[in-house]
Amino acid sequence: MTPLTELATLPTPVLVGLGGTLGALSRYAVDTALSGGHRSTLAVNVLGSFALGALVAAPVSTAAATLFGTGFCGAFTTFSSFAVGVAEDATNGDGRRAVRYAVGTLLAALGGVAVGGGLVGILA
Amino acid sequence: MSHRLDPLLVAAGGFVGAILRYGVDAVLPGVGGTLAVNVLGSFALGALLTVVTRPRVRVLLGTGLLSSFTTYSTFAVQTAALGPTWGLANVGANYALGFVAAVVGLSVGGRLR
Repeated sequence: MTPLTELATLPTPVLVGLGGTLGALSRYAVDTALSGGHRSTLAVNVLGSFALGALVAAPVSTAAATLFGTGFCGAFTTFSSFAVGVAEDATNGDGRRAVRYAVGTLLAALGGVAVGGGLVGILA
Repeated sequence: MSHRLDPLLVAAGGFVGAILRYGVDAVLPGVGGTLAVNVLGSFALGALLTVVTRPRVRVLLGTGLLSSFTTYSTFAVQTAALGPTWGLANVGANYALGFVAAVVGLSVGGRLR
């Protein structure tokens, strides 16, 4: 058996949890490398959206989609840190920065989804 | 300030947060579940960051649990799949409710402190 087929025998919540652990640790690593803030959150959200866009377009097993999609990409990206960042900008009177961050993240993440899916389409 | 135990706390929080998100999605599949975790998590993170000052608890519950409980990638992929009209509605719902929830969380937390 390949490692992935062994993983497929695990209960779905455990697969999600394992992927979530790796996703959260990877986000923490990006955070540490970019020393936190909006740039780190933007980076994980765009990278993770690209990866999930590719994953949903790829012919992968249910177990792989659960582990890497629901688990890893779901946990690697974060909406709460993003929303609190926007809220803090707005309540600090920096509305323009809040709008730039909110719109910039959306456009870059949607672009990431399209590029990820498009790449799989070309390669598959 | 980071601590050598931080990765362990992030890993544990990430494990639990992702499973909780999966649980919400099982009850409320699709865009509704994603909206629910994002709004709930944004409120909770806002409150946590203003109430809790202990760095290790913030790392476990904030960086670990709540950041993994909420998700931007699923939101982005679902938005792209919805097409222009419903996609825009999905962005409006997540952004408006998520930002309001974060502001309310920050303000509720500020009052509890």
